[in-house]
Amino acid sequence: MSDPLTRRPFAAAYAAAPDPAAAATAAPGVRSIPGTGAAHRHVLVAVVNNRPGVLNRVASLIRARNFNIDSLAVGHTERPDVSRMTITLHGDDVAVEQVAKQLYKLIDVLKVQDVTSEPRIEHELALIKVRATNSTRAEVLKIVELYKGRVVDVAADSVILEATGTEDEVDALVALLGGFGIREMVRTGATVMVRGPQVVEYEGVAK
Amino acid sequence: MTIMRQAPGRHLPGAGTPEAAAVDHARAEMLHEAKPRGRTRIGADVVCEALLRQGVDVIFGYPGGVILPLYDVLGDYPQLRHILVRHEQGAAHAADGYARASGKVGVCLGTSGPAATNLVTGIANAMLDSVPMVAITGNVVAALLGRDAFQEVDITGITLPITKHNYLVRNADDLPHVFAEAFHIARTGRPGPVHIDITKDALQQETRATHPDEAAVLAAIPGFRPTFEGHARQLRLAAKLIDEAARPVILAGHGILLASAWGELRAFAERTQIPVTHTLLGVGAIDETHPLSYGYMGMHGWKHVNRAIQSADLLIALGMRFDDRVTGKVSTYATGAKIIHVDIDPAEIGKNVSVDVPIVGDVGRVLAALIPLVAERRPEDRAAYFAELAEWRRESEARSWHGSGAWRDGLLSADYVVEQIGAATNHDATLVADVGQNQMWVARYAGYRRPNSHISSGGLGTMGFALPAAMGAAIGRPDKETWAICGDGGFQMTMQQLATLVQDQIPVKIAILDNHKLGMIRQWQELFYAGNYHSSHLLGPDYLKLAEAYGIPAFRATTPDEVPTVIEAARAVDGPALIHFLIAEEQNIMPIMPAGKGLSDLIEEWGGADE
Ligand SMILES: Cc1ncc(C[n+]2csc(CCOP(=O)(O)OP(=O)(O)O)c2C)c(N)n1
Repeated sequence: MSDPLTRRPFAAAYAAAPDPAAAATAAPGVRSIPGTGAAHRHVLVAVVNNRPGVLNRVASLIRARNFNIDSLAVGHTERPDVSRMTITLHGDDVAVEQVAKQLYKLIDVLKVQDVTSEPRIEHELALIKVRATNSTRAEVLKIVELYKGRVVDVAADSVILEATGTEDEVDALVALLGGFGIREMVRTGATVMVRGPQVVEYEGVAK
Repeated sequence: MTIMRQAPGRHLPGAGTPEAAAVDHARAEMLHEAKPRGRTRIGADVVCEALLRQGVDVIFGYPGGVILPLYDVLGDYPQLRHILVRHEQGAAHAADGYARASGKVGVCLGTSGPAATNLVTGIANAMLDSVPMVAITGNVVAALLGRDAFQEVDITGITLPITKHNYLVRNADDLPHVFAEAFHIARTGRPGPVHIDITKDALQQETRATHPDEAAVLAAIPGFRPTFEGHARQLRLAAKLIDEAARPVILAGHGILLASAWGELRAFAERTQIPVTHTLLGVGAIDETHPLSYGYMGMHGWKHVNRAIQSADLLIALGMRFDDRVTGKVSTYATGAKIIHVDIDPAEIGKNVSVDVPIVGDVGRVLAALIPLVAERRPEDRAAYFAELAEWRRESEARSWHGSGAWRDGLLSADYVVEQIGAATNHDATLVADVGQNQMWVARYAGYRRPNSHISSGGLGTMGFALPAAMGAAIGRPDKETWAICGDGGFQMTMQQLATLVQDQIPVKIAILDNHKLGMIRQWQELFYAGNYHSSHLLGPDYLKLAEAYGIPAFRATTPDEVPTVIEAARAVDGPALIHFLIAEEQNIMPIMPAGKGLSDLIEEWGGADE
C-alpha cells in the first residue's frame, strides 16, 4: 500500500495463510486455544531505539504479558541511536508471534524478527570461576582448551574461565566442570546474527 | 557508641560537585515559589500552544505544587477551558467520556505524587477501552528526580504498562515534539492513553523551540506505523468465506465506533444480509431498530444472540477482541464457525481465539474494500435462517424483559427504569453507565440508535466511572442530553463530582438505581457462593438531601407510574439534576454465564423467580 502510515514488515506477516498445522491440532467440535501447541525454542531479534528506559519497557511488557523468556541480551549496534536485543524463549509459533506483536506495540521497538529458522551464528559468553587446586588445575585447563575457552584469571585455588559458544556448548562445558566445583558463573545469554549477506533491516531512525 | 557529627554544609552527598549544587538550588527554588513571570515564552506556554494546535478546547484538571507554573499561564489561553474536578480520577474519566462522546482526544491534568497516582485508574480505564487520551502530570525539578523529593513518585514507571506510550520531559525544548507525538500516538491506529510527565523546571524554562509538522512527527517515531488497509489477499479469502456461509454472524465491537465505521458496517451488513450482534462497547455500532441488528452478546447478553453465535458457521469479528466476557470458555466457543477477524491491532489477532482469516487494518477501510468483493444477498435468500433467529429472539426476549415496572418485592424493576429513560430521551441522549448490574441493564434495555450514545467502562469495569465520564461526555457533545446511570455503590465512589457539575454548570442528569446493595456482588453471592451475603449490603445518604446540599434539583421514584414523571422533571431542569430510583433489592440481571462456563451455559432463571 502506498499509505505512508503503513508499517511494511507487519502487513507482510498477515499475507500468510492460516497455519494448517495449528488447525489440524484442534479436535472436531473444540475450538483450539492459541498458544497451546507444541513449544519449541525460538530466537527473536529486536531492534530498538537506544534511549533511556527502553530496556525497562521491553522487560515490563514481557513480565506484564506473562511471557516466559529464557534469555535477553542487549547491546549497541553499528548505529549509536539503535540497540539490539536477542531474546530466546520457548513457546508454540502462535505464542511467539504474540510476543513479537506485543513488542511491536512499543513505540521504541523498530523491528522484531524471528530468526529461529534462519542459518545463524548464535553465541553467548560465560565467565566461570572453578575450584582448581594443584592437583586438579591441569585437568581443568585441558577441558577448557578442548572447548576453546580461555583462562582469564588464576588464583591459588580457583581460576576464571571465559568461554563463548552456543548455549549447548556452554552447557556441556559447565557440565564437565561441575565435578571440580563451580564457585560462581555468569552467562550473557545468546546473541545472534544471521549468516551470509542477509541483515535484520529496519526503517530509518530519526535523531 | 559515638555519633559522628557531620561538618556543617556536608549533609549533601557529593557536596561540592555540580550535581550537588543543582540539587541545593532546586530545593531552594521549591521554598521560594513566587517568582514574577516575565513576558518570555516558557515551557508552560509551549504546553498550552501545543494543546491549542491539537484542537483541544477543554482540560479536566486539578492544580498542585509542581504543575503551578502551567496554571500560572493557563489564564493567558482563554480558548482552553479548564474544568476543576474534585478528584483527579474524575479528571481522567471525564477526559475519557469526552473522548468517547466527541471522538476527539481527551486531556487531563494533575500535579505530581498523589494527583498522578489518582489519575492512574482513569488512565488504565482508557487503556483497556482504547480511548484516545493525553494525561499530563507535573513532576519535581529534574535535579531532584530519584531522590524521593516531596510528592515525587516514579509515575512514568507506574503508567508504563497502562499507556500506549509515555514520556518524562526534563527540558522545555523537548515539549513541542513530545506533545505532537503524544497526540499522534493517542489517536492513530488503535487509540489509547499517552502520559506526559513534565518536570517543574521544564515548565519554567524559557524556550524558542518550534512546533513540528506532521512529517517531522512521523520521522521521529519510525517504530509507530499502524496498518490501515486490509491485505488484498486476505480480503479475497474473507469474501470467499462470506459468500459461502449459510449462518454468518457479525460481531461488532468498539472498533466500529473508534473508526467511525458505522456507515460501512451498515452497508456491509445490508449488502450481505448478515445479522449484526455487538459487544458491550459495540452498543450503538448499529441502530438497534435496524432489521439486521440482533443484539448484545456475551456473559449478560441475550440468549438468542449467544445462541446465534454458537450455531454460526462464520463469525465476522469487526474491531472486537474476543474478551473472556464475550467468549466464555474458548474451547466451546462457536465450534462450528470459521472466524474472520478484522482489527487494527495485529496483537489482538490470534490472542484469545484462533482465527481463520485475519485482516489487520482500519475496520472502516477494510469493510469499504470488502463490500465490492462480496455477493449481494436479499433477505429472502436467508429466509429459513432469519425465521429461526426471529423465533429464538421472541423466546429469549419474552423471558428476560418484563416491562411491568414493578418487581416482585413491589419496588421498581431496573430494566423498566432504564427502558423509560431510553424512551423519554428518544434514544438520542448519551447514556453513561456505571459498573455492575446497572451497567448491564443500561446496555440491554435503553435501546440505542445513535453511535457513541452509550458509554461504559468495559475492560477495566471501573465503579465510579459514570458521573465523571458523563461530565466529559456532556462537554464533548453539548448538543446531546447526557445521563449518568449508576448503582448506589458506584455513585458513592465518585459523588464528590456533584460540586463540579454545579461550579461549571455541566447539565448531567444523574439516575441512581438504588438497591441498597452492591447488586452484582449480591447476585454472585446468591448464585455462586450459596447466598453468603458478606459485605454486599450498602447504606447510602439521603440522596435528595445530598443533592439539595449541592443545590442540585432532585427527584425520587418508588412506583412505576412515578418513573416517567420524574424523568421528565429532571429533563426539564436547566442544568444538572438527580433522580433517586428505589429499585428492587434482589433483582438479578439475567441471563448470566457463570465464570469458566461457555456461551451455551447461560443461566436464564434462578429459583423460579422472574428475574
Ligand atoms: C472500583 C471497583 N471496585 C470494585 C468492583 C467490583 N464490583 C463490580 S460490580 C460491584 C457492585 C456494584 O454495586 P452498585 O454500584 O450498587 O451497582 P449494582 O450492581 O447494584 O447495579 C462491585 C463491588 C469494581 N468493579 N470496581
